[in-house]
Amino acid sequence: MFNVNDVLETISMIAQENLDIRTITMGISLRDCASDSAKIACQKIYDKICRYSQNLVKTGEDIERDFGIPIINKRISVTPIALIAESSDTKDYSVFAKTMEDAAKSVGVNFIGGFSALVHKGYTKGDRLLIKAIPEALSTTERVCSSVNVATTRAGINMDAVREMGLVIKECAEKTKDQDAVACSKLVVFANVPEDNPFMAGAFHGVGEPECVINVGVSGPGVVAHVLKKLKGADLGTVAETIKKTAFKITRMGQLVAQEASSRLNVPFGIVDLSLAPTPAIGDSVAHILEAMGFEKCGAHGTTAALALLNDAVKKGGVMASSYVGGLSGAFIPVSEDAGMIEAAMCGALSIEKLEAMTCVCSVGLDMIAIPGDTPASTISAIIADEAAIGVVNHKTTAVRIIPVPGKKEGDVVEYGGLFGKAPIMRVNPFSSEEFINRGGRIPAPLQSLKN
Amino acid sequence: MKAVITVLGQDKIGITAAITKVLAETQVNILDISQTIMQNLFTMVMLVDLTKLNCEFSRLGELLEEAGKKLGVEVRLQREEIFTSMHRI
Repeated sequence: MFNVNDVLETISMIAQENLDIRTITMGISLRDCASDSAKIACQKIYDKICRYSQNLVKTGEDIERDFGIPIINKRISVTPIALIAESSDTKDYSVFAKTMEDAAKSVGVNFIGGFSALVHKGYTKGDRLLIKAIPEALSTTERVCSSVNVATTRAGINMDAVREMGLVIKECAEKTKDQDAVACSKLVVFANVPEDNPFMAGAFHGVGEPECVINVGVSGPGVVAHVLKKLKGADLGTVAETIKKTAFKITRMGQLVAQEASSRLNVPFGIVDLSLAPTPAIGDSVAHILEAMGFEKCGAHGTTAALALLNDAVKKGGVMASSYVGGLSGAFIPVSEDAGMIEAAMCGALSIEKLEAMTCVCSVGLDMIAIPGDTPASTISAIIADEAAIGVVNHKTTAVRIIPVPGKKEGDVVEYGGLFGKAPIMRVNPFSSEEFINRGGRIPAPLQSLKN
Repeated sequence: MKAVITVLGQDKIGITAAITKVLAETQVNILDISQTIMQNLFTMVMLVDLTKLNCEFSRLGELLEEAGKKLGVEVRLQREEIFTSMHRI
């Protein structure tokens, strides 16, 4: 028989502390869908996505009911479209985005990721066309997510791509200025991108992945914050130990759901992503975990150290709980999607510079940060370059998902609603980086020895 | 297949009777029951065997929820694996 306290602990994690499975993401390879006719390629893509994922949403709902654990999102990631579209005769890749959108609608998933290109060392013809199509693709679809990898530790940073992504982000913002630049919230610029990430907007199905795979992302900042509140005054060794144990329990749930989904859908289980993913809901905030460790506001000096502890403890606990761990696996610090981060940014405790420092010790990067609409493209590129440098030098994934909201200035607030939350417009350093960004070229891969 | 039923709420006469009536009607075998009052809250945890269940799992969940609603208590039906995976290695 069960220990009654164990049963009640699980139930209270779900009912009171917002423990949930954030996403079941089905990765689908589209490598066999290429064709010299864009029309045929799109048909093949549509058919394949629908065929593989037709039961995804229903299976997710069944698991939710059987185990009594909420599964918030069911999503799809596909092979980076640049690789598939490249063989086709068209120069306008937004048709592929429309196909992805149609397929996503048809199977009932809320996001589909993979309108992506990998250009860390240079562009192919297809990469160029795909990046050019991003603003059109993201402004004419709702569910399609896009990502571009501009740097890796082994290849260095492609500064031409960094420069271009600044312009692309500005164009995305301009094309959706009536909706507060919502297109930018579906575009991530990566360094060292993982191939099996289940979280949007950066998910795609990497080239080393199998035909079809199930990846799961868990979420439980509320659970961690709750246990920490009970540890007032305890030393940090105890804090780390407690987070580890909690992360273990949370991840076990993810592992169970991943295995169950994989066997019901008859698709191999890929990975569980250990990330602590916040939502704008009260009690589901990573910032509040950090504050529970002893800060007046997230962003105060010491926050980076606390985040390093949190991130490491989550991984240590999670790794043992799952047979395969992957994706981004860390603590997310998106500003607009985290009630505590929003508060901290609004009262001036949290700046972009502090967030940048925090990304050195956790996944994933400058995420969901709204900035003034008149920020120059070169400054956005420079922000991307800084993040990419952090990722490349420290062998970690970093990313930028930044939203220059047209017509808005520092101190304004943008409401997106739902999981995207609301974003205070943050201050950007007003001094120019233009000459640096205009140089272009590549920053060479960093030395792997003589570490300091 | 085994499942765990939890009942939480204000204590009153007839909770156990109402829940077990549903179980008897749906051919669910009770393997273990633990019932206590924790911080003024009626708390019952049951381990049940569903091999002979004569309706859908989801239907059983609905029936239990309805019975709970009438009594003003929360009733949850969950497959047991969620608890074993979280609390046992």
